[in-house]
Amino acid sequence: MQTMDKPQDAVASPAEAAAAPVAPVEAERVAHDTVGDVTAKNVVICVREANVYYGDTHALINVSLDIGRNEVIALIGPSGCGKSTFLRCLNRMNDTIESARVTGDFRLDGQDMYARDTDVVMLRARVGMVFQKPNPFPKSIYENVAYGARLHGLAANRAELDDIVYGSLERAGLVDEVKNRLDDPGTGLSGGQQQRLCIARTIAVNPEVILMDEPCSALDPIATARIEDLIDELSEKYAIAIVTHSMQQAARVSNRTAYFHLGRIIEVGPTDRIFTNPAHKLTEDYVTGRFG
Amino acid sequence: MIADDGDDGASRQLSPEETRRRVDASLRRRYRAERRFRYYGLCSVCLGVIFLVILFGTIIGNGYSAFRQGFVQLDIHFDADVIDPDGGRDPDVLSVADYSLLVKAALRELVPEVTSRGEKRELNNLVSAGAVFSLRETVMADPGILGRKRSLWLPLNSEVDLWLKAKLSGTDGDGISGRFSARQLGWLERLLADDRIELQFNTAFFTNGDSREPELAGVWGATKGSFFMLLVTLLLSFPLGVAAAIYLEEFARRSWWVDVVEVNINNLAAVPSIVFGLLGLAVFINFFGLPRSAPLVGGLVLTLMTLPVVIIASRAAIKAVPPSVREAALGIGASQMQMVFHHVLPLALPGMLTGAIIGMARALGESAPLLMIGMVAFIVDVPSGPMSPSTALPVQIYLWADSPERAFVARTSAAIMVLLAFLLVMNATAVWLRSRFERRW
Repeated sequence: MQTMDKPQDAVASPAEAAAAPVAPVEAERVAHDTVGDVTAKNVVICVREANVYYGDTHALINVSLDIGRNEVIALIGPSGCGKSTFLRCLNRMNDTIESARVTGDFRLDGQDMYARDTDVVMLRARVGMVFQKPNPFPKSIYENVAYGARLHGLAANRAELDDIVYGSLERAGLVDEVKNRLDDPGTGLSGGQQQRLCIARTIAVNPEVILMDEPCSALDPIATARIEDLIDELSEKYAIAIVTHSMQQAARVSNRTAYFHLGRIIEVGPTDRIFTNPAHKLTEDYVTGRFG
Repeated sequence: MIADDGDDGASRQLSPEETRRRVDASLRRRYRAERRFRYYGLCSVCLGVIFLVILFGTIIGNGYSAFRQGFVQLDIHFDADVIDPDGGRDPDVLSVADYSLLVKAALRELVPEVTSRGEKRELNNLVSAGAVFSLRETVMADPGILGRKRSLWLPLNSEVDLWLKAKLSGTDGDGISGRFSARQLGWLERLLADDRIELQFNTAFFTNGDSREPELAGVWGATKGSFFMLLVTLLLSFPLGVAAAIYLEEFARRSWWVDVVEVNINNLAAVPSIVFGLLGLAVFINFFGLPRSAPLVGGLVLTLMTLPVVIIASRAAIKAVPPSVREAALGIGASQMQMVFHHVLPLALPGMLTGAIIGMARALGESAPLLMIGMVAFIVDVPSGPMSPSTALPVQIYLWADSPERAFVARTSAAIMVLLAFLLVMNATAVWLRSRFERRW
């Protein structure tokens, strides 16, 4: 986060934000900063008036956004604009950063994610995450995929666990490449394979939403293409939010796109409209490559 | 100032030849510096090796002779009238019998010309006072030997032992011959010529506890004491240290209190070890009433000393685990504790073990705190457990180095060798453990 101006607007208190009913009409008013419709059909995650502070830095300002089932939403914007911060709020990964403070209303299926009685482990099981750098565990391929299922007790016996592992590897498009060496270390795979292994590890827990934080930034074009195909297939079953620096990638894989700038969502809309006919000047500058 | 003719401008720009010349000169300077630096490094390594060789050379040179001990072969007649006049074969009677009479009789038989009281004493002094113990052991093990004759190898007095070693190596041995009378030397020469005295492997050194007689003194008591002590230290300091490190690194929120704890841990690592000894004396012995000279107390004191080292090393090892592993585990829904125990701990374990090795090696060589808690006492018995009085190897070395008997010089060096061997075995085990835990991917 390089230059972050001090917060311009008074931040809505969490209580006020929580009281706001989630309705399209209301959303228009709440997300006064944002051009376009922040709501989605068949909502699974609903965020209203989210603010994140890292110490004195106001990293995310009044962000409201819905994520619908079976949609792929791309979060784009220049470095330090808060898109990764937003993504990490959605499964409370920011909890691990001591200086981070999150306010606002985050709901998963209508349930408050940040409520006192919300179990963060359960939340992360329902909202999986794939990270920028492939980070398989230093264990065998099998163990990597089986780990989550084991943690949550999803398999009653070895056969079920095998099914989960094979199924996940299959959906991640990795099974043909690794089925004969499941006991090899996961870290011995190529970068693209490692990232697909991480995706397999995530979907083995059967989440409802998958968050992807620049999943292809460390990969070559061929591996990237494979991951993009995979995202396409996965979108039939999961809601996917993907942070990306590549506008082509956003255009290829997503249905909706949200453009972040200096901690705010400037514009949200269907991907083809954002890239062909952006409504906001900043969005236009960014997608046409004038800065960013 | 602006140059008005082009000539001046061109002279400011270096010509290609001049550039090459300057680069060449600087290159040579750089290579010289590099070579010099390499020589410095090589010199310091050589110096270190030389000192190490001198150190080991003197220790081994001084100490190797302690591994052998002079023995005399005596034909002992186990006279039933002397040992057990009642004929009851009562173990209590057998154990208190005067076995020195048997040794004296056997000696006189070997050197029949001895008659006067003074001559007898000179003769008897050649054999170690510990010879009677081996006779008693023989009888206690097999009372049926009474009344029979048996040829036994019995230890020589330590002075005679030194004379024999000097004689066999063809040196004067610091004028050791001057410590014997002409008669004694004559007897010894004759016994040597008869093959009645010889050097044998010194098992007593490895099986006995401490003794006032050098030929009977051994390191087994001190070794066992050190072993029990380090066992206590390891069992306490490693789990405590690792648990503290995990809590401070993974669970504790940054706060004033954590900072205070951190500063204090770092300070404790630098506290002189004798202070821990005083603390152990005040807390464990005076307050909790634990026995003096017990390896348990020694272990507790060394635990206090080792703990900061283990904590600091463990924290460094935990910090070195890449955050991506933590994120991966948390992102999949592992709880904080599952993340730590499934992923962070296995990856940090080799580093933690390294810290433990360093701490334990320091604890093994420590003698100052042990002096404070009474482990400097003269203890003959080999300890049977962490509660029985005992001494430790470094303290034993210190005690022997302080002893007036000449034969303790070699035994001191030999004890140092045993200490180094102990250290070597310990470190080798730790290295083996570490390589087992090290992930190969």
